[in-house]
Amino acid sequence: MTELVDPTITNITIFVLAIFVGYHVVWNVTPALHTPLMSVTNAISSVVIVGAIIAAGPGTVGLGAILGAAAVGLAAINTFGGFMVSQRMLAMFKKKEEKGKQ
Amino acid sequence: MSANQSALLYLLASVLFILALKGLSHPRSARRGNLFGIVGMTLAVVTTLTITRRIDIALGMMVLGGAIGLIVAKRVQMTQMPELVAAMHSLVGMAAVLIAVAVVSNPLAFGLESPIPMGNRIELFIGTFVGAITFSGSVIAFGKLAGLGKYGRIFSSAPVAFRGQHIANLVLALVMLTCGILFIGASTDAQWTPFLAMTGVAFVLGVLVIIPIGGADMPVVISMLNSYSGWAAAGIGFSLNNSLLIIAGALVGSSGAILSYIMCRAMNRSFFSVVLGGFGGAEGEASTDAGQKSVKSGSADDVAFLLGNAESVIIVPGYGLAVGRAQHAVKELVEKLTAKGVRVRYAIHPVAGRMPGHMNVLLAEAEVPYDQVVEMEDINSDFNSTDVAFVLGANDVVNPLAEQPGSPIFGMPILEAHRSRSVIVNKRSMAAGYAGIDNPLFYMDRTMMVFGDAKKVVESIVKALE
Repeated sequence: MTELVDPTITNITIFVLAIFVGYHVVWNVTPALHTPLMSVTNAISSVVIVGAIIAAGPGTVGLGAILGAAAVGLAAINTFGGFMVSQRMLAMFKKKEEKGKQ
Repeated sequence: MSANQSALLYLLASVLFILALKGLSHPRSARRGNLFGIVGMTLAVVTTLTITRRIDIALGMMVLGGAIGLIVAKRVQMTQMPELVAAMHSLVGMAAVLIAVAVVSNPLAFGLESPIPMGNRIELFIGTFVGAITFSGSVIAFGKLAGLGKYGRIFSSAPVAFRGQHIANLVLALVMLTCGILFIGASTDAQWTPFLAMTGVAFVLGVLVIIPIGGADMPVVISMLNSYSGWAAAGIGFSLNNSLLIIAGALVGSSGAILSYIMCRAMNRSFFSVVLGGFGGAEGEASTDAGQKSVKSGSADDVAFLLGNAESVIIVPGYGLAVGRAQHAVKELVEKLTAKGVRVRYAIHPVAGRMPGHMNVLLAEAEVPYDQVVEMEDINSDFNSTDVAFVLGANDVVNPLAEQPGSPIFGMPILEAHRSRSVIVNKRSMAAGYAGIDNPLFYMDRTMMVFGDAKKVVESIVKALE
């Protein structure tokens, strides 16, 4: 058992387990919050910004760095916009008693 | 920071993302959930910045993109949420494509070997074409939702179909696959032609996949593209061996897939029939036999009398209500009735808006308390003990034909408004709904129709109640 596992296999393991977690967590989301769910997942999928930051910063200017920088900009719209609009929506969901508190 | 340290911080960010979704299981915990998401994302971004050599450009672009995102998020109307979400899906798709091209041009920057090993090439191929389809498909979906039909037929909310469409899609998919295989086997010098050709074909394919889908199926399309944007992120995660991207992408991908399934089930449509398209074009077409049957129509005063003397009322809001911006008027009406001792609740069909959960957001915006808003499964058994069901701008979702074998919508889950003691329906005209079929609910003896704009009608009911 000294043989190393290919990173792709490790990635597939993580991927499949994450799908299972996602499946179980999302079925528990109340249907009333399906629109915020979509905007939150949208914001979460903008985590590709991580890849974009790496692409933008090799230290040498080239095609890759330029495209990376553009991708950072696009993904950042999603990151900030997605969480912001979710916050706006979720703030509107109030119970009867909570009304007028603000 | 070492690679191991950053990997552990990425794991923490992944856990925070899972907690963010978990928070959405109840409106009470939802805002905290969103906060977890924000913390997770901040952690992920900061960690990445510390391990990147040059960050000034990235920071500048983040400020720029972030400012645009915040402004749009502050200004967007709640009725425009479907458009906003579609536009955001397209951005994730495009970002994924750009990153993939950057990887191909400079794999060393990502810690990959050069030439790129075959395994990573397969992953890059998948990440790129999913991202490209997500981008162009979302652009089309955005156009359809924002009503850009006048700028080009591809944005028309009616399905755009041509002969041989499915064969054309199949051929393009095969061309894309062939280019992908050529890219996977190509040397560094010969890789660009098949890679770019593959990306280009994927962009075209994204357009062709979405244009035949009609306006009524938009809730499914948005959910589907939500799912795709997740898979695209996961694909990039595979190419970069980044577990955070894989986990986040898988969470989003499965979430979108579940929402697509829920939407398909609520419309009684199979996923394949939606994707193959050609449904939902009959919007507003009056059905042929509508004129022969008689309906009982009443005035706002009649409605006020009925509602005022009821003990229990269930309001069934449809998208027509949101289009007419009548939510606030309805909320006022409900407050009046509650003051009179009437028990009022709202019944929500899963496809009541233009995206999953849309109607709930629109009602929440009008400051309707969420505990008055009840989902279909939980309220259907209450209709037969309810005095008045007040249907506002909804049609197909209350069509009792769904219970009749042989009808085109047989099996579609509906709100059983026809079981209540009396029914009031507000519509602008007798036009049929998206499904293009007549609704027997309107012709029942116990049904009273009130024609007119939802907002004006409700406002005059409120006046009559005073």
